[in-house]
Amino acid sequence: MAKKDVKKVIKPVVAKSNKESNSNTINVASNAAVSTISLFEELSKSVITSYKQYLKDLENDQKLRLIDTFLAFLVVVGIIQFSFCLLGGSFPFNAFLGGFSATIGQFVLTVGLRLQNSDSNKDLFNGLLPERAFGEYILASLILHFVIIHFIN
Amino acid sequence: MIASIDNDGYIRMDASVLRVLKLLVLTSIFICISGAAIASRLFSVIRFESIIHEFDPWFNFRATKYLVTHSFYKFLNWFDDKTWYPLGRVTGGTLYPGLMVTSAVIHNILKKIGLPIDIRNICVMLAPAFSSLTALATYLFTLEITCTLPSMNNKKTPALLSAAFMSIVPGYISRSVAGSYDNEAIAITLLMVTFFLWIKSVRLGSILYASITAIFYFYMVSAWGGYVFITNMIPLHIFILILMGRFNYKLYTSYCTWYALGTLMSMQIPFVGFLPIKSNDHMAAFGVFGLLQLVVLTNYFKETLSPKRFFNLMIAFGILVFTFGISGLIIATKLGWIAPWTGRFYSLWDTNYAKIHIPIIASVSEHQPTPWSSFYFDLNFLIWLFPIGVYLCFNDLSNESIFIIVYSVLGSYFAGVMVRLMLTLAPVVCVCAAITIGKLFDLYLDFKIILSKKVYELNEKVINKNNNFWNLISRFSVILTFGFYLYFYVNHCIWVNSNAYSSPSVVLASKNRDGSNAIIDDFREAYYWLRMNTNEDANVMAWWDYGYQIGGMADRTTFVDNNTWNNTHIATVGKAMAVSEANSEVIMRRLGVDYVLIIFGGMLGYSGDDINKFLWMVRISEGIWPEDVNERSYFTDRGEYKVDDMATKTMKESLMYKMSFYNFGKLFGGRDVYDRVRQQRMSSDYANNIHLDVLEEVYTSENWLVRIYKLKDQDNFGRDLIEVGENERKDTTRRQKRTLTRNRPEFDIRV
Repeated sequence: MAKKDVKKVIKPVVAKSNKESNSNTINVASNAAVSTISLFEELSKSVITSYKQYLKDLENDQKLRLIDTFLAFLVVVGIIQFSFCLLGGSFPFNAFLGGFSATIGQFVLTVGLRLQNSDSNKDLFNGLLPERAFGEYILASLILHFVIIHFIN
Repeated sequence: MIASIDNDGYIRMDASVLRVLKLLVLTSIFICISGAAIASRLFSVIRFESIIHEFDPWFNFRATKYLVTHSFYKFLNWFDDKTWYPLGRVTGGTLYPGLMVTSAVIHNILKKIGLPIDIRNICVMLAPAFSSLTALATYLFTLEITCTLPSMNNKKTPALLSAAFMSIVPGYISRSVAGSYDNEAIAITLLMVTFFLWIKSVRLGSILYASITAIFYFYMVSAWGGYVFITNMIPLHIFILILMGRFNYKLYTSYCTWYALGTLMSMQIPFVGFLPIKSNDHMAAFGVFGLLQLVVLTNYFKETLSPKRFFNLMIAFGILVFTFGISGLIIATKLGWIAPWTGRFYSLWDTNYAKIHIPIIASVSEHQPTPWSSFYFDLNFLIWLFPIGVYLCFNDLSNESIFIIVYSVLGSYFAGVMVRLMLTLAPVVCVCAAITIGKLFDLYLDFKIILSKKVYELNEKVINKNNNFWNLISRFSVILTFGFYLYFYVNHCIWVNSNAYSSPSVVLASKNRDGSNAIIDDFREAYYWLRMNTNEDANVMAWWDYGYQIGGMADRTTFVDNNTWNNTHIATVGKAMAVSEANSEVIMRRLGVDYVLIIFGGMLGYSGDDINKFLWMVRISEGIWPEDVNERSYFTDRGEYKVDDMATKTMKESLMYKMSFYNFGKLFGGRDVYDRVRQQRMSSDYANNIHLDVLEEVYTSENWLVRIYKLKDQDNFGRDLIEVGENERKDTTRRQKRTLTRNRPEFDIRV
């Protein structure tokens, strides 16, 4: 419990320094009404705010949209695999594990690619070219699937 | 024009020439370091011969031979019926194949290019060869660290120093002399390479480097059980960075790529199997993997929401995740999806755990806690430079230097728990000490200021000379002191290597009275006797320490060996040794024993013999049969461990005791019998009265170090063997007895 809390305490402090300018209006409103609305409502509201912001970000970037669609697809596949495992049993365990970890591994790699590709992270990755990032992504995916083919038998 | 002297008197050189020069110097330094690393590991080969050392390497050697003569798939499916008789061992599925595969690949490549080298020589030389690679990997690792320390002017000095330290540090040499063909020989190299690549991928956030890290991690998993150290180090590094609020997306890309690929790859090793998703040792890595996903999500919320809302959301989110995680873990453990915490794991945290609960782990000397002196013995002056290096890392805190700090804390803890884990501490000590000395030399070896001042002085003639003088003195005193320490370090290392770590322990060396060297080769003598004089399918019972050697050198079937996977079986053998002849006969007949091999040092003064290990046999079998074996009854009333006339009845009756001292009295021809290891005297009468009825002595090596007994066939008339012996002894008169002792038994040349 303690470790998680520390993390959360740190985060807002960092956030304060570079306060985002978006969602200004909602911000003020919510601050005023914070005592009246229930906690649950507030939480759902903040999730909705984030989601709206996310949609706005996506609008003008086709590449990210493509990646996100792929991610959504992977999540769906993963859920199907997992629920099948729960319902139908995990009999060929190698096969289930191989398939499921293929989904997870691909998801994680794709998220990595997305992070490297989004504009706001350009400085962080010290000018990693998108082409190079994509090449590395392909290579890592090839390794992943090679191992999984070997694993499934 | 390569070089020219300009107007100010400086020598100017072309940049490309300088670069070539730099490369040349660097290469020659590396050649020297590799030379030192290899040469200092060759003492045992020069002094004895090119031979595999100790116990475990004999198994690795035998497995490698199997791999070379059979195919790779046969090797992976190898069921070994020559060990753990009658159970056998699924060897292919219960070993780390990395070492054997490495040497087989080297063997085959050399054969392809027309250099057919005997596999034994490759196995002997593998560890020294890899140690020079370790030095290179340490160089790269340290360079990666120093690049992120802004206060370090000269980045390459610490890196080169760490490589030099690493190449000859005794803590590492102890496991990598020529002939100690053990998993650790290549594992430390892989450890350093993996850490180097990990640091690199954290610095760049590159998927490519993370994938390569995963590949080397896989190699490490295939080579050594200590891979769990990496499995926990890397997540811990990430976790601490998150706690410190140093999270960035680079950590996500590198860690998740490493984890997804590395875990999947590690499951390809048959011995590891599904452990990475089931065992608790690997849960930390999995937990951090999950945590990172959440952190990325929250980071996104943080960017889009106001601090206050974000805070509230996070509290709710955190509580939810935490309760789910903990309850999930508990349920999974309860339902048995996750393997229970293993004994070796507990013994890492509670050093007394093994002593109380698992005698088999405690009986291995390298699992004992480390004595203080061995830190200095194994690391010399590096040990007191180590904390300063850690301090310097604290001074320039970066994501990469935090790794060093985490590593040093974990490494020191584990090295304190188990002697053998000194091995994992040695690299980080070398790196930290090198950073310290590099920093020191940065400050004190830099004469630029003084020299340029001298030029300045010619023009200005002021400036107090005194100051300059003291400056020089202080510089020189520091440099000379540390120069001396470096010199002393090299001296110490070579001394330790030649005296402490270069004994093959299969062949022993001792000094004669006149100071000349004597080689005691009893082990190989006896194993060779077994090989030549017994049936090929004979079963040899010995304590588990000698299982691998019997398998490797004598090529006979053993009951227990150093693999120790079946505690009950070991306890059975221990019980057969510890109980009386009559009881032991039952056990031995049931097991199918043909020969019994014991090590007896009483004649030579070899302290690692079976009578000294006897208490472990008693303890381990007492763990299974507390009603038949009782440790207390082997000690005298005063709590002494006696083997002479005063020994307890249980002790005197035990098979191990009888086998050790049987016929020993005849060696002394009527004088008091003296056991040189225990330093106890027994009367000649008593010693000559030790008799064996179910076993007969078939071989005793030159210095009585190895004694081999054969289990007699059952009596033709169906009589009890012990009864027969008793009757025979009753019939012999006193006079006959005296002649028996006076006439020494005739010894023929036994080949």
